[in-house]
Amino acid sequence: MDYLGIFSDYTLRTVALGAALLGLVSGALGTFAFLRRQSLIGDAMSHAALPGIALAFLITGSKATIVLLIGAAIAGWLGTWFIIKVVNLTRIKEDSALGLILSVFFGFGLVLLTFIQKMPQASQAGLDKFLFGQAATLLERDVVVMAALGVPVLILTILFWKELKLLSFDRDFGSHSGFPMHRLELLLTSLLVIAIVIGLQTVGVVLMSAMIVAPPAAARQWTDRMGVMVVLSSFFGAVSGVAGAVISSLSNNLPTGPTIVICMSGIVIFSILFAPNRGLLWAAVQKKRNNRKLQLQAVMEDLYFLSRQHKNPLYAHPVAVLRTMSAGHGGVDRSLEVLKSRGLAQSSDDDNWSLTETGIKEAGANVMKFKGQI
Amino acid sequence: MSNAQVEIQLIASVTAAACALPGVFLVLRRMAMMSDAISHAILLGIVLAFFATHDLSSIFLVIAAVLTGLLTVALVEALNKTRLLREDASIGLVFPFLFSIGVILISRYAGGVHLDTDAVLLGELAFAPFNRLEILGNDIGPISLYVMLGALLLNIIYIALFYKELKISTFDTGLAASLGISPAIIHYSHMGLVSVTAVTAFDAVGSILVVALMIAPAATAYLLTDRLIVMIFLSAFIAIVSAIGGYWAAHFLDASIAGSMATMTGVSFLLAFFFAPNRGMVAIARRHHRQRFEFAGRMLTVHLLQHEGEPDESYESGIEHLQSGHFQWEPHFASGVVKFGQKHGWYNEDSGILKLTEKGKTLAGKAVTGE
Repeated sequence: MDYLGIFSDYTLRTVALGAALLGLVSGALGTFAFLRRQSLIGDAMSHAALPGIALAFLITGSKATIVLLIGAAIAGWLGTWFIIKVVNLTRIKEDSALGLILSVFFGFGLVLLTFIQKMPQASQAGLDKFLFGQAATLLERDVVVMAALGVPVLILTILFWKELKLLSFDRDFGSHSGFPMHRLELLLTSLLVIAIVIGLQTVGVVLMSAMIVAPPAAARQWTDRMGVMVVLSSFFGAVSGVAGAVISSLSNNLPTGPTIVICMSGIVIFSILFAPNRGLLWAAVQKKRNNRKLQLQAVMEDLYFLSRQHKNPLYAHPVAVLRTMSAGHGGVDRSLEVLKSRGLAQSSDDDNWSLTETGIKEAGANVMKFKGQI
Repeated sequence: MSNAQVEIQLIASVTAAACALPGVFLVLRRMAMMSDAISHAILLGIVLAFFATHDLSSIFLVIAAVLTGLLTVALVEALNKTRLLREDASIGLVFPFLFSIGVILISRYAGGVHLDTDAVLLGELAFAPFNRLEILGNDIGPISLYVMLGALLLNIIYIALFYKELKISTFDTGLAASLGISPAIIHYSHMGLVSVTAVTAFDAVGSILVVALMIAPAATAYLLTDRLIVMIFLSAFIAIVSAIGGYWAAHFLDASIAGSMATMTGVSFLLAFFFAPNRGMVAIARRHHRQRFEFAGRMLTVHLLQHEGEPDESYESGIEHLQSGHFQWEPHFASGVVKFGQKHGWYNEDSGILKLTEKGKTLAGKAVTGE
């Protein structure tokens, strides 16, 4: 078996394709939710979808993916509509409305699921896979359904790119410029619902929200441009989707949803730590560098100050004096060494220091520059 | 009703009330989604403690769960502090991660044990009466009833002891800070309490429905009252009613009790949403309706005052003229307004002409002078 062997396996190829698709779509759409600070709406949508799945089965008696997903989409959309109504019409804030709708809808979904489980005809098995997701059960026709739903979502996102961008950054400007922001919000909500519904079978309702939050959160750290962010977010979504789905279908007792979430969290943690410019490591290095620079300047200024107080500008002062003057920010010895290596300071015996001629000139110029800024 | 049925309802009611109490402050302090995060994340603590002790009723499970709950809160705050992410995204990242580790650990290593993923979501309220508490050989009731009573008591004591501090720091953070009430202590103790309540309720109702029991009754009560103390009692009451209603609904449908309890809290919210005395949709619609008539009726009295005793009074104040378009009202609305004013004694009809009463004159006068 060659090393690409696992991808020639039919099931695995299907699973990987499906997971890539769902990561791609949810990563792209999640970006908008992330930028609008509505990341948790995905949590509510996916939980709210559960009763839709159960009702679709109860009404039609069919377990066809497309039927269940349409039910899920309607319920998810309805839940979101309720949240908006509750926030707009009552004094209940968004967080409570989200918690209320997601848990109540989910509870109702569980009632329906347990009700279905106890129905006489035992053909209902398989609805539980929507709770935590089961990539291994993905069939080719499921992937076709996912593509049929997901590709139009991506196309619409590209078609309405400018408008959706406007909606994410400056809704008020958009409505003053005559864009139908209300309808665009409706469009974005619908696209987001579909993006979530696509992943339900693979990731499950409980954890699908992470697919909306995590990829854009990681992508945001690498770029300040929205176009790049959407592409990157889709890429992260697809990569972790495939990785999680493949790992979980290679092993028994490894639910797909949680595995994907952990892969994705890894990408987020890596991005937060190591992304250039914004990453924590980067920021820490930058901070340290700035600190050093400030320490160096402080020592140089102190030496300059001392040299002006003395008849002989090159008179060496004990390092203890400099330490006292630098109390609170330290780093005196290291700074002196650096100054010496740059030829700005000199010392006869490592204990008594003064600036060199060039050092005095430069320090003087620095002080003048500083005064000029004030 | 059998004994077990009574016991299940008792446990359900106590659980619901215990959840509703910290829920009031979650709703008021706008931290509802933290309860969602905590109730998911504590699973990891429970699982780890279970692996360590191999005992599902160990007190270490509660301790570990509370620690994980607080860890979740701290992680979310640490992520916020980096300023790389907003709060919503931080919450949405932290709890799925911790919860996923918990779920994977369960399905990998705890297969076949009492702890499985269904129990995580559903709870096992129906089986609660099987675990009995025996003291000196006497059966004194199901264990979970006592556990939940303990959680309820803890919540009551906490709220009673720190009522003033909670109230001030919830409604006026500035005042709280100037009085020396530490927001961090209130925040973390409240979140600790949410964690304790969530882990004790976990057995009975599962991780997601805990959120329903915490948020929905409090949100419902928030629509019904403006007073904190009333809101607290009302939430507990709504929670208990929903719990018992939920039990019977589940009984007749032969479905999940916990899910049905959550559904009932939703139903009670929906009822309040529509029918709450002042803030309900029906009350608001009626108020708007009445205000429309009131305003139009006042305009009519001003019009009548204007033409009172003038030669054109019989024409201008004639009912027919008023109803057929003087104010450009719809005929239906116009006759409604005429009737509205008559009912309130602002004017009377005198052979087809409207005559202001004393009351109507004062009203019109006030309307004109803007009093």
